[in-house]
Amino acid sequence: MLTVLAPGPRATVQDRGRPGWAAIGVPRSGAADRAAHDLANRLVGNRPEAATVEVTAGGLRVRAERTLLLAVTGAPAPIDLAGRPAAANAPLTLPAGAVLTLGVPPRGLRSYLAVRGGVDVPPVLGSRSTDSLSGLGPAPLAAGDRLGVGSLAGEEPVVDVAAVAPVPERPVLRVLPGPRRDWLAPAAWAALTGQEWQVSADSDRIGLRLTGPRLERARTGELPSEGLVAGAIQVPPDGGPVLFLADHPVTGGYPVLAVVVTADLGLAAQLRPGDVVRFRAA
Amino acid sequence: MTRVQVLPFGDRALLVEVDDLAAVAAVRAALEHRPLPGQQELVPGARTVLVLLDRPPGDVDVAALRRLRTVAAAEQEPGPLVEVPVVFDGPDLPDVAALTGRPPSVLVDELAGLELSVAFGGFAPGFAYLTGLPGHLQVPRRATPRTRVPAGAVGLAGPFAGIYPTASPGGWQLVGRTDAVLFDVDREPPALLRPGARVRFLPC
Repeated sequence: MLTVLAPGPRATVQDRGRPGWAAIGVPRSGAADRAAHDLANRLVGNRPEAATVEVTAGGLRVRAERTLLLAVTGAPAPIDLAGRPAAANAPLTLPAGAVLTLGVPPRGLRSYLAVRGGVDVPPVLGSRSTDSLSGLGPAPLAAGDRLGVGSLAGEEPVVDVAAVAPVPERPVLRVLPGPRRDWLAPAAWAALTGQEWQVSADSDRIGLRLTGPRLERARTGELPSEGLVAGAIQVPPDGGPVLFLADHPVTGGYPVLAVVVTADLGLAAQLRPGDVVRFRAA
Repeated sequence: MTRVQVLPFGDRALLVEVDDLAAVAAVRAALEHRPLPGQQELVPGARTVLVLLDRPPGDVDVAALRRLRTVAAAEQEPGPLVEVPVVFDGPDLPDVAALTGRPPSVLVDELAGLELSVAFGGFAPGFAYLTGLPGHLQVPRRATPRTRVPAGAVGLAGPFAGIYPTASPGGWQLVGRTDAVLFDVDREPPALLRPGARVRFLPC
């Protein structure tokens, strides 16, 4: 059992999401930075389907009600373990009654806290993830919440510390052409891959709103609604692109100019409001 | 089968584009019957089927999708009729009335007289794209989507009507609202409106 003393700006339970329900409109959801989430589980020897806590901009404080094996990955939030600094990307033991506190990461946005056994909340449609778009899954964590520890532990962990590339100071995301590149003016692709873009304040787990040069349409009219993927960069009529993340809607009605490659989605999920990002053709 | 186009959609998906909803249903049936290697999920749309894979797509997949032999759509039984109580007082009702060139009361009478049907899901759990709007009642989406549309809002966009099952961002023109529960994970099946169902709006 883990008691939440403070959730920070936003903390949610996440796993690998709800694949397979798109036809009735259920988004996949799941950890926004999947690689960081998976690493946290591996470090404590969890099975891949175990849930972790996705911590947004640090600030989480939790107390162990019994001795627990934990790991923190993702955005490099300073870790205070029972009053002492502790290493990220490594298994940690939190004694019964002791408190783990995450500070504000100097870079990046989302950190993942895994506990050996997995965070145990009731699954909804096969997943424990909080989906901010659909509202499925548990509510975001609040002070006083008590999180059960599940039984999704596998073999004893063997990794002492994982080498992880830091969140870069000047992030560049690789993109492939999207299905509706021809709906935008030819200059739109060049602007996307040649200019700097800033992540706007109204960004969340659904998507990043980007500000930069206005992307002009080559075609008028409306696009019939079609399926979306995480990483899709959609251009609404106001010309400001949206880069979809884990809680993206299943379908959308605006043209998708480009798609961020799967390997760079975790980095996209680490961008925070005000960050400057560039795109380059994969 | 008529025209089939295969469009790129990143390194884990392809988008199959066809001419109409009947062809969408045929492509979906064909791919359910005979999936591509590594096929994870199909997401049907109005003119498209998004094919999600667990690996990068290749030329072989594109060729296979272009050659797709679609299953002929069988004569279908009419789906169940679902009556949805609606209060027609949406914030965009005056705009929609103006765009369609009729007084709001006439617009409401016409919407209440329609028999719509569920074409496909998407956008949000339990959200159903309803077809059957006559051409003179079709209006474009709002130029700037709302950041929050309340649960139960009844909207129009292009050839479709729809009901927001939960509060979410959205760009549809809102004409009314309902108390009906569109989606409930503890109900079997979870979605009230499923592909094939017929739908009527009951004014109240």
